[in-house]
Amino acid sequence: MANLKTTAKKTKAQSMGLHTEVLTGKTQQKFFNPDEAENFFYWGTHNVDFNKRTELDVMDMDCRQANNKIDELMSEGYGTIVIKNPQGKHSLGVGILNKLNLIFEGSLGYFGVGSIDGPIVTVNGRVGWSCAENMMAGKVVIEKNAGSCFGAAIRGGDLICKGSVGARTGIDQKGGSIIVGGDAGAFTGFMMQRGRIVILGDVGINLGDSMYDGTIYVGGKIGSFGSDAVESPMTKNDIEWLTRKLKVAEIGSNVDLSKMTKVVAGKKLWNYDALEPTERKGAI
Amino acid sequence: MAKKKKNKMKSIKKTKGQLGKKKETAREKMIGQTIGYRYDVNLLPDYKKLTPFLKKYIEHMGWDDLNWLEDVHMGYEEDRPAVFDRNANGWVTIPKKIKLPDNQQDRDMIARELLVKFQMSPNHPLVDLKKAYLKF
Repeated sequence: MANLKTTAKKTKAQSMGLHTEVLTGKTQQKFFNPDEAENFFYWGTHNVDFNKRTELDVMDMDCRQANNKIDELMSEGYGTIVIKNPQGKHSLGVGILNKLNLIFEGSLGYFGVGSIDGPIVTVNGRVGWSCAENMMAGKVVIEKNAGSCFGAAIRGGDLICKGSVGARTGIDQKGGSIIVGGDAGAFTGFMMQRGRIVILGDVGINLGDSMYDGTIYVGGKIGSFGSDAVESPMTKNDIEWLTRKLKVAEIGSNVDLSKMTKVVAGKKLWNYDALEPTERKGAI
Repeated sequence: MAKKKKNKMKSIKKTKGQLGKKKETAREKMIGQTIGYRYDVNLLPDYKKLTPFLKKYIEHMGWDDLNWLEDVHMGYEEDRPAVFDRNANGWVTIPKKIKLPDNQQDRDMIARELLVKFQMSPNHPLVDLKKAYLKF
């Protein structure tokens, strides 16, 4: 990691409120410390107890107040929080970086539970656009339908919708799993780079358009394949993984997994070469 | 007559062809993956190889499986085993004193354990950044 040096003299940029750090040095090689202590939460986050439960009515709160209140409750050790009357508010439950059992009794608006890293979230209603965008870890279960861009750019964890989802599900996905019990709209898996998408119902046009990598499993009919998305044979590993994940998602127990369609990248759009970054440096 | 020194740059073997245009192996064709990664991204974890620490971690978080750690594998950096830390956006190297098993599944489990311990440590590089830039 580069060293950060702060210049002592106040420059014009600094007086305008901008940072004036000077990046120096080369990339530092980092090593694991095998004697690191056992710790299950990030620095600055809260160690909560699942058995400590509370309710929070957010009817008269805006999203910022509600999110601050959730954080406050976590700091008091509450591990199970039930949110009453979310009333489709946007950006609720975002940026939670520790374990938590979060239950929404109602529907969420746009960008619900985005950038989370660890919690188990249940939404007993519907969600708007970009639910769980940039999710890092944890499990999110939506009991009804979801809007477009469901799981946009997710990097890890399990995102489950028991109903149907809109267009561009898993757009720019970089890891984790998205599981949909119903149908999905157009451009599902658009530009996905890694991870897995499971659609038990039908899917719209341009499935997996411009996908670089990752896998999409479809149980129903496919509107059309997108650019560079190709069908690949189902393997024993795929079926084992699907069986395990659908059990986690608590859906699809009656689906014949061997009849699902597996879609992967055809790799014809991979226009970069195979040089490793170090070799690149040497060539410059 | 003295031989002319060969141009070093010319001696670097140029990789012909682009990714995706090379002939694939049967396995690559089957799993829909080609080279370019430092590990097999599609390798599914063998849950029989879970370490006691990881079992404890899964239980603590209340998850049913490895969750995001399913995507974590042991790769390499500068010819040494290493794990990619998505939070620090860099490779973290395994010290020489840790002896690694030959089995990739066992190595992946060790990678997962070390990564969790590293990310949750107060010595993680993000802690300093968080202290400096934390807004709320």
